[in-house]
Amino acid sequence: MVSPSASNSLVGHIPDLRRYARSLTGDTWAADDLVQDTLERACERWQLWAAGSDLRAWLFTLMHNLFVDTARRAIRQQAGQRVDVDDVAHELQSPAGVPDQAMDLQRCLLRLPPEQREVLLLVTLQDLGYEEAARITGVPIGTVMSRLSRARARLRDLMDGRASAAAPASPALRRLK
Amino acid sequence: MNEDSQLLPDDEAELHAYVDGRLDAAQRRSVEHRLAHDADAAERVRAWKQQRHALRTLHPEMLLEPVPAHLLQAALQLHERSSRFAQWQRWGGMAAAVLLAFGLGWGGNMQYQGMRARSAVTPAVLSFANQAVKAHAVYLPEVRHPVEVEAAQQQHLVQWLSKRLNRQLKVPNLSPAGYELVGGRLLPGDAGARAQFMYQNAAGERVTLYVGAVESPSAKGMDETSFRFTTEGGIASFYWVDQGFGYALAGKLPRQGLLVLAESVYKQL
Repeated sequence: MVSPSASNSLVGHIPDLRRYARSLTGDTWAADDLVQDTLERACERWQLWAAGSDLRAWLFTLMHNLFVDTARRAIRQQAGQRVDVDDVAHELQSPAGVPDQAMDLQRCLLRLPPEQREVLLLVTLQDLGYEEAARITGVPIGTVMSRLSRARARLRDLMDGRASAAAPASPALRRLK
Repeated sequence: MNEDSQLLPDDEAELHAYVDGRLDAAQRRSVEHRLAHDADAAERVRAWKQQRHALRTLHPEMLLEPVPAHLLQAALQLHERSSRFAQWQRWGGMAAAVLLAFGLGWGGNMQYQGMRARSAVTPAVLSFANQAVKAHAVYLPEVRHPVEVEAAQQQHLVQWLSKRLNRQLKVPNLSPAGYELVGGRLLPGDAGARAQFMYQNAAGERVTLYVGAVESPSAKGMDETSFRFTTEGGIASFYWVDQGFGYALAGKLPRQGLLVLAESVYKQL
C-alpha cells in the first residue's frame, strides 16, 4: 500500500515534465505539446498503469515513447530536406532574460542525437539512477551508460567549440536511426 | 548505429557514477584516489561535473511559473478517469493520492479555498504570520549560522523539533522545485515553541517554513483558516492554519512562485 505523498501527485509532476520537455525539445510550444500528449496518453492507458507503482516514472516512460515517435516522424519528413540546427538556431532562441550560457547549452544539447540527449537529461536534469533511465527508455543499462558517455563527450566538444569545426554541417535532426 | 552496443569499460562507467553521485563512500574514495594519479581522468570528471551542474539548472523558470490551463485540463481528464477506476479499487493507494493532490493543487489559484473552512483571521493568526516574516528577515541574511541543525542531520532535526513542539513534524521536500533543505532552528512564539526550516536554491535564494501552534480564542474556536497571502517589506508569505497548527512559507519570491512552493508544502504535510 502506497501512502499519498507529493511524489505521487499528478499536478505536482507537471512543472517537472514541462522543464524536461523544454530541455529535450528546445522549444516551449513543442514542450507543452509533448506534455499534453503525455497526459492524454496516460488518460487512454490508465488501466495499464499498475496502481502503486511510481507515477513519475510511468509519465516519463510515456513521454519517452511519444518523443521517439515524433523524432522518427521528423526524420522521415526531413528525408528530402535536411535542416541544420544552425540554420534554424534563431528559432531556438530562448526568451530574453535567459543567460547566454544557458542558451548556448540548450543549443548544443539540440545537436546531440535525441537518444543521447534523453539519457543525459534523465540522469542530470532529472537526477534519475541509471536503472531508472534504462527502464524509461526501454534499453539495457549498458546502452544507457554508453549513450551517457557519448553525450557527455560530444556536449563538451560542442560547448568548447571543438565539434563545430570537425562537423560543420552536422544535421542534428538526421541522427536518430 | 550500433555504437550503443559497445559496452563502456568499467573504469569509465565508474567515473560517470562518481559524477552522478551514485557511488557509496568507499567507492568514492577509491575514485578520488585514482583521480589524484590520473590527470586526464580528473580533467574529464571536472568538465562533466561542471556540465552536470549547468544541466541541473537549465530552465528553472519552468518549475515556478503557473501550469498552463490546457495542461491542467488534460490532467483533470486523467484524474476523472483514474478516480472512476479507483472506485473499483476501493480507492487503493495511488489513485486516491492523485485525487487528493488534484483537489488541492488544481488551478494553482486556491480553488480549494471553498473546500476548506473559511474563517475570520484571529489576532493570534495574524501575530503568527507576522512572527514568521520577522523570523525570515532575521535569519535570511545569515551566512555562518543560518540554522541550528543542518539538513545532514535531518532525522535528528525532525525528532528534536517534534519533541519541542509536541507534535510529529514533517519536513517537506522542495527539491523538485530546486530548493534544498539547509536545516532548521527552534524559536519562541506566543503559544510556546515554534520551528523554522530553511531552504535554499542553486542561486542562493532562501525560503523559510515557519510552523507552530496557534492559540485558539475559544474552546471550539476556529482552528483552521484558508490559504492567505501577505507581503511585508518585500517579503512575501503564504500562511494557513490546520488543526490549530500554523504554517507560514516566506521568501522574496513573486507570489505565483511562492504559491507553487506553498502548495507543495501543503500537499506534503
